[in-house]
Amino acid sequence: MGRDIFSRNLFFKHLRSNRMAMAGAILVVIMFAMATLAPFAPHDPLLIDISQRLQSPSVNHFLGTDDLGRDVFARILYGARISLLVGFVAVGIATLIGICLGALAGYYGGWIDAVVMRFVDIMLCFPSFFLILAVIAFLEPSIWNIMIIIGLTGWMGVARLVRAEFLSLRERDFVLAARTIGASDRRIIFRHILPNAISPVLVSATLGVASAILVESALSFLGIGVQPPTPSWGNMLITGKQTLGTAWWLSAFPGMAILVTVLGYNLLGEGIRDALDPRLRNSR
Amino acid sequence: MKPLLEVSSLSKSFQVKGPLGTGRKQLLAVDQVSLHLHQGETLGLVGESGCGKSTTGKLILRLIEPDSGSIRFDGSELSGMSQRQLRPLRREMQMVFQDPFSSLNPRLKVGELIAEPLQIHRLAKGAQLRSETIRLLKTVGLGEEHLDRLPHEFSGGQRQRIGIARALAVKPKLIVADEPVSALDLSIQAQVINLMRDIQQEFELTYLFIAHDLAVVQHISNRVAVMYLGRIVELAATDTIYRAPRHPYTEALLNAVPVPKPGKTRRPPLAGEIPSPLEPPSGCHFHPRCPYAKQVCREQRPELVDIGSGHLSACHFHAEVGRFRRS
Repeated sequence: MGRDIFSRNLFFKHLRSNRMAMAGAILVVIMFAMATLAPFAPHDPLLIDISQRLQSPSVNHFLGTDDLGRDVFARILYGARISLLVGFVAVGIATLIGICLGALAGYYGGWIDAVVMRFVDIMLCFPSFFLILAVIAFLEPSIWNIMIIIGLTGWMGVARLVRAEFLSLRERDFVLAARTIGASDRRIIFRHILPNAISPVLVSATLGVASAILVESALSFLGIGVQPPTPSWGNMLITGKQTLGTAWWLSAFPGMAILVTVLGYNLLGEGIRDALDPRLRNSR
Repeated sequence: MKPLLEVSSLSKSFQVKGPLGTGRKQLLAVDQVSLHLHQGETLGLVGESGCGKSTTGKLILRLIEPDSGSIRFDGSELSGMSQRQLRPLRREMQMVFQDPFSSLNPRLKVGELIAEPLQIHRLAKGAQLRSETIRLLKTVGLGEEHLDRLPHEFSGGQRQRIGIARALAVKPKLIVADEPVSALDLSIQAQVINLMRDIQQEFELTYLFIAHDLAVVQHISNRVAVMYLGRIVELAATDTIYRAPRHPYTEALLNAVPVPKPGKTRRPPLAGEIPSPLEPPSGCHFHPRCPYAKQVCREQRPELVDIGSGHLSACHFHAEVGRFRRS
């Protein structure tokens, strides 16, 4: 019966009582705030001022300046926008593909299921990071290409989750009841089954945002992600690498930003998972 | 008068895999079932769990695909139709489900659940949709204040009422009620049965009423069919079947109905377990448990024949049945 007696209130109540999840939620909120408040930063993130280069953190430059004299704090705020954008768009693409293919496979079964799931297996065979590297090497390294590629290589888990949910839900009486009142397949899939199958997808999407942010940072670090001068946490790290011995703030702060954000999404995702699972509800 | 529903030689078997997916077996869930229903009548379908009565109900509504046999409903043959062709006909025949906790989508509000059939068949929209939904809720004894609640906020009996309102929404001719009260408390059962009787009169409904409880069926049915291991073994008018059963299985079922007489000890009415439907006994499926069984019962399957004035029985010795009747 478990998830049947789904109650929004109970879900939030449980989520709130989970300290780690709330810590994660706060970190996520802080990141959103950083991204939206970026235009109010005291300095222009692109303004080059050689006279101010490699300043250590001070009252004027909270987090110091980089080798071109740009304000690190402002660049981190704008970097949050990039990370947020990449995380959500990439996960959105992956989730959309995963839901559609998983729903098709789980609802219709038979050869459709076989074809879709073999395709999933094939996609999972590729180490996705190297696949992304190879594809980006051919395409222009732009932020949009990155988001699309991360999305196109990240939907397999969602497809499997959705398929599994559909397999069990399609046998339920309320689906049979929908068919007796004359509902079409489309109506049964989108109105009756999908809303009941969405909770594990929510969890996987939250965790997916974290890994998409990591992948984007890694790509930018390798120089094939977001291109300078646009600030991204990943490409800030690589500029900081050369001066690591003398100007630690150049790599330490973007690194911490990545760490804290990924941690926030992971904690929040795991908290949502626990709150949705009635077996875990009383265990804390 | 032509019957509203005429089912003949309906059969369905399922493939059952053994452990490790080896050793496939056939489970004949419904075996050559024939029955008919006239407009406005109620046919009770009784039998032990696993005898195929729910499957029969679902086959009639084509929720499960039959292997063979024909289903004629209101002049059209359903068995060859595609699901798409069936959809407009679904208006005419509805189902009430056994488990009121799993037959309502937990994410939809009651108002949405009841309005859905009206929207699908384009019977109402806008303000009319709302008033029609409220009217349906009132018909089943609920009210406007329940529109925005979710199914989990209701008790079993109330949920079953919601299920009935949903079935009624499209003004069907036939309702297949699949053990509609067996998941409910005894006190609630009577309420729901009475409700079903009231709406039957009001809307001239025809019921196929599936149950495993003879007492429940007796109250609502005009005729009763008894099933055993996928076959109909006896079919007759309700009072006939309760007064003078002509099949040993029916007799045994009636003997098992508890008698409200304190202190009276009773023999177990039936010897033995229900046989595995994977390996049903030869000949008459009932012979290992039957007090009347003779050699012929082991060898020959008894056909369901009319033994007088519409009373059908599938027993080689139907004339003898009655000797073991206790009242």
